[in-house]
Amino acid sequence: MNNNKKKILIIEDEATLQKALSDMLIKEGYEVVSAIDGLIGLDLARSENPDLILLDIILPGMDGFDVLRNIKQKDNSEVPVIILTNLSDLDDIQKALDIGATTYLVKADFHLADVLKKVEEVLVK
Amino acid sequence: MKKRSQTYPSIGDCKKNNINLWQCPSFLFIVMGIVNIVVILLMYLLVKGSDIPELVIVSVVSVSILILGVGVLMINSVYKEVLMNQMKSEFVSIASHQLKAPLSGMRWSTDILLADKDSFSVDQYGYIRGIQDSTSRMVRLVNDLLDVSRIEAGNMQVKLQETDLSGLIKIVVSELNSFALANNVELFLKIDQDLKKVKTDEIRIKMVMQNFIDNAIKYVGTKNGKIDITLKNEKDKVVFLVKDNGLGIPKEEQEKIFDKFFRGDGIAKKQTIGTGLGLYIAKAAIEGSDGEIGFNSEEGKGSTFWFRLPAIK
Repeated sequence: MNNNKKKILIIEDEATLQKALSDMLIKEGYEVVSAIDGLIGLDLARSENPDLILLDIILPGMDGFDVLRNIKQKDNSEVPVIILTNLSDLDDIQKALDIGATTYLVKADFHLADVLKKVEEVLVK
Repeated sequence: MKKRSQTYPSIGDCKKNNINLWQCPSFLFIVMGIVNIVVILLMYLLVKGSDIPELVIVSVVSVSILILGVGVLMINSVYKEVLMNQMKSEFVSIASHQLKAPLSGMRWSTDILLADKDSFSVDQYGYIRGIQDSTSRMVRLVNDLLDVSRIEAGNMQVKLQETDLSGLIKIVVSELNSFALANNVELFLKIDQDLKKVKTDEIRIKMVMQNFIDNAIKYVGTKNGKIDITLKNEKDKVVFLVKDNGLGIPKEEQEKIFDKFFRGDGIAKKQTIGTGLGLYIAKAAIEGSDGEIGFNSEEGKGSTFWFRLPAIK
């Protein structure tokens, strides 16, 4: 695996999804940092300097849109962000992309293998 | 349930809730009021100085007021229905989103388990597969319901982009090949060499193609089936055809084929899985891309389903 231990931050409040994602990514050789709350997530995004962020939209503390806005517009960060969502309305997705998300995926429509593929795609760029 | 107090939304409220002006009570009241005043004025001008008996004038004016009254009642019921439909669509949409969260948990958990084949007996592994397959079906169902609620709320979202249908159909056919073989059906794919591109919603059009072929496989019956899939240029359009030699559709069912929740009778209902939403959604998707959709079918001989999309010049 040629990823030199890339660090991925997962901000997702649903415990099952959080664990499934991090188990898979750790198994694939990534370093994983997790937050189950938007505010903590934002803190970690600032302190941990991740190579990629997987970000849920509906979160306690601070919602995904605001986390994204802070990372992209306030901090001017270049870190790629993949939105994880079960909102599948194009308006919401467009809103996230406009704020600066790299891409998105609708959780229920994707298998973990598809998520991994997307993560690899984004990290290669 | 507590009865809601009757308040009528202003024209602004109607606009905000995406209600057509002609279904908006306050707008219609104003229109009908104006019509009434005009009628009464005309009557006045007509009878001024003439010798039409008073009784005629009085009855015309009363009839016109009566019509206004009936109109108000009718508008009221139409408006209630529109509101009901919207609430229903919203409910489906919220319920579907709520369903998707636990479904993603099930899908990803079984993904993790299935990646670890050696830890389970063959039986156990089979059961996990079973959960996985059921989850996938449930996700498809929820997605279909979401689409239906969007269609009914009048905002089927289509993202039009330049699309090469030949690439898409190859993916669809490769995905459905094993399902076809398991049903003793052979798929034949024919694509025009210089197939033009179209402007459409890639994800939805892929679903429509899947739906046509999936239906053809399911409805082809018990004999050895053959399905011809064709993509070709036709003047300034691109045509997609799926022709099977299956059961065909009985005449009395033909007009209902694009209806919501409609499912063909006979063998299909007993043996195949489906919700009857596929073609209903397909129609909305194709029409959302300025295309046409249709079919020809003869009972006992087979069916051909097709859609036609404008090609990019």
